Amino acid sequence: MNPTAFYALFRKDLKLFFSDKRAVLMSFAAPILIASFFGFLFSGSSKGDAAKVPAAAVDLDGSAVSKKLLAALAADKGLDLKAENLDAARERVRKGKATVAVVVPKGFGEDAARAFFRGGLKPEIGVLYDPSHTAELGMVKGLLTQHAMEVVSAEVFNGETGRVVRRDTLKELETTKDLPAGERVALKDLLGSLDRFQASQSTAKPGGTGGGGGMSMPFAMLESAVTSGDKIEYNGFAHAFAGMGVQFILFMGIEAGISILLLRQTGLWKRLRAAPLSRSTLLGSRAASAAAIALIILAVIFAFARLVFKVQVLGSFAGFAGVCLAFAFMTGAYGLLIAALGRTPEAARGLAIFVTLLMVMLGGAWIPAFVFPGWLQKATLLVPTRWAVDGLDAMTWRGLGFLDALPAILVLLGFAAVFGAVAVWKFRWQED
Amino acid sequence: MFQAQNLKKRFGAVQAVDGVSFAIQAGETVGLLGPNGAGKTTIVSMIAGLLTPDSGEIRLEGRAIASDTDPVKRAIGFVPQDLALFEKLGGRENLALFGALYGLKGAELDRAVDMALGLVGLADRQKDAVEAYSGGMKRRLNLAAALLHDPKLLILDEPTVGVDPQSRNAIFDNLEALKQRGLTLIYTTHYMEEAERLCDRLVIVDHGRVLKDGTLQSLYAELPAANLLEVEIEGDGAPLCEGLRCVAGVASAELRAGRLAVGVDNLAMGSAAVLAWLAARGVPVLHLASERATLEAVFLNLTGRSLRDA
Ligand SMILES: Nc1ncnc2c1ncn2[C@@H]1O[C@H](COP(=O)(O)OP(=O)(O)OP(=O)(O)O)[C@@H](O)[C@H]1O
Ligand SMILES: [Mg+2]
Repeated sequence: MNPTAFYALFRKDLKLFFSDKRAVLMSFAAPILIASFFGFLFSGSSKGDAAKVPAAAVDLDGSAVSKKLLAALAADKGLDLKAENLDAARERVRKGKATVAVVVPKGFGEDAARAFFRGGLKPEIGVLYDPSHTAELGMVKGLLTQHAMEVVSAEVFNGETGRVVRRDTLKELETTKDLPAGERVALKDLLGSLDRFQASQSTAKPGGTGGGGGMSMPFAMLESAVTSGDKIEYNGFAHAFAGMGVQFILFMGIEAGISILLLRQTGLWKRLRAAPLSRSTLLGSRAASAAAIALIILAVIFAFARLVFKVQVLGSFAGFAGVCLAFAFMTGAYGLLIAALGRTPEAARGLAIFVTLLMVMLGGAWIPAFVFPGWLQKATLLVPTRWAVDGLDAMTWRGLGFLDALPAILVLLGFAAVFGAVAVWKFRWQED
Repeated sequence: MFQAQNLKKRFGAVQAVDGVSFAIQAGETVGLLGPNGAGKTTIVSMIAGLLTPDSGEIRLEGRAIASDTDPVKRAIGFVPQDLALFEKLGGRENLALFGALYGLKGAELDRAVDMALGLVGLADRQKDAVEAYSGGMKRRLNLAAALLHDPKLLILDEPTVGVDPQSRNAIFDNLEALKQRGLTLIYTTHYMEEAERLCDRLVIVDHGRVLKDGTLQSLYAELPAANLLEVEIEGDGAPLCEGLRCVAGVASAELRAGRLAVGVDNLAMGSAAVLAWLAARGVPVLHLASERATLEAVFLNLTGRSLRDA
């Protein structure tokens, strides 16, 4: 190793990088811009103002029960509900203006109350949905179930419809043959005591029938995100800056590798090879300069994220620095790998960008890896970017300690070693 | 100071170099002359240690280059055929970088850079980025970049490709100055004029083999005629060629581009005889020119092909 030559080559790479406006813009402005955008998208929900699901409601029944159901749905903060006629609702869903339309059928109030005790013919609530929003469909079905149970049960136990239905059911029980005698007696007792219970309620609370009572969800959900501290909220910007930083730094690594291929197109490669330089000086200086640039990019974009979006290293700072350093080394080695395996700069760049985007996607830089299906979460452990993004996440918003950064650091250094070894092994030192 | 023994190099199906041997004395300037694809670049690349020969041996001051970092490489200055400069960096920055590759630093590096810039006359443009240089200036800087570590053997692979006549002259002046200082030069080209102007000795290669190795005088001596007359006449010259060849003092006669090309050893006596012969046959002479036989003719004589379209 020749330190004078190594340092001269290293400095030359930094100079060339920072004199290239396009490269600088790509490496600093692009990740900051895109990460800010993704950050806005993914951190909105933490402030409780998640977008409401646009929905339509069609009331073909017009009973007290259906009106109460629609009122309950309209009051739900997860829905932006609009009452409409059937055709208008169908049209809105078809055009994507509404995600779901709830159609309450004629006779719903009475049929639902009847079916509550005896099963039999259940009224069918129609749910028209936009097939591109099946996730929201599930949520709306849940809300619908909850509100329908509450409204219908309240009506059955307390409401006018309930009294009529109970009377009818009691009459029916006298004549019906399809219930075993024991059950018939039990059901009669239940309905009878309900009538008595309600009668006593209405004397105790004059004029009070329709209100209260009935069933409600047997629990409420108290949502609280689990992070490193009580006062700390999940910061979607932390993840977005880690992800985009990783992506654009790898792009920079690609260009570092391509720069070696470009040397071959001029006489520069020959000039460098004619000098008494070891191969480790030649390749090592380029990997080291790429790693240094990677560290500078990480420092700048996380400084920006801290100043503008309050992204902080809540965990171990040494762990954060370690992950950054290991990822920087991996980037340098990745560049050498491209230089070793690439033939022409153009072909190498196209393929390398594709592979990098794939790695970045699987690494959870765009969409966090924790939303991946289980098998994919396991499979992507083979992708270095996954470790980089998880490592940075762990040290920033998750606020974990140095020991939790260690696996990421070691794995990234391992990838760096493997990439570097393959690069040196496959590198074409002579034309042939 | 330098010997190459039976060098061979094959690229796939192409035997680029096929048993080349030659030697160079210290202080000598040797031209490696041959048409495109003759193997010149491959030969000098092997000498500079950029390519490993398939077989054969290269010795510089009695030693072969043993490794990438062998100090023997410091004795060589290599000027690649393609420009070898970082376009975005300044002229001085480029030279400082290439000096550092040979371990130069501090005042020693500054001195070497100043000297090289002075030699090629680029001192006043040293701060400008190379991309702003003219083609000729880039070629001169390309030459300067090989001189920083004060090599003993300077290898130049077609250093004047794509250069205007003025810059070419400037480069030749530089090379002559280096020659004066006692540097040994290997110079590849397919320009005859360049080889004639600069070289003490010529090694003529074609299809990866040495066709001829000798001083300029010895090569000229082998030519059938030392001078060439170019005679423009009225009418068809073809029937005259055979008769002209029988004239005393005429070595050759043929039709080239509608003109008679007549080779004579003695310019005064030969031209007189040719003109008299034509006058006696009543052939009007429109124009007469003469030129010394060139390396072009040497090559033509050796291969039967012209250098430029070989
Ligand atoms: N890297 C390579 N791969 C394959 N073939 C090569 C390679 N380098 C040279 N050749 C072939 O070897 C032969 C000699 O090439 P070389 O470059 O040495 O010729 P040259 O005399 O320098 O020509 P020129 O005057 O055009 O520079 C040519 O046929 C060329 O196509
Ligand atoms: Mg060549």
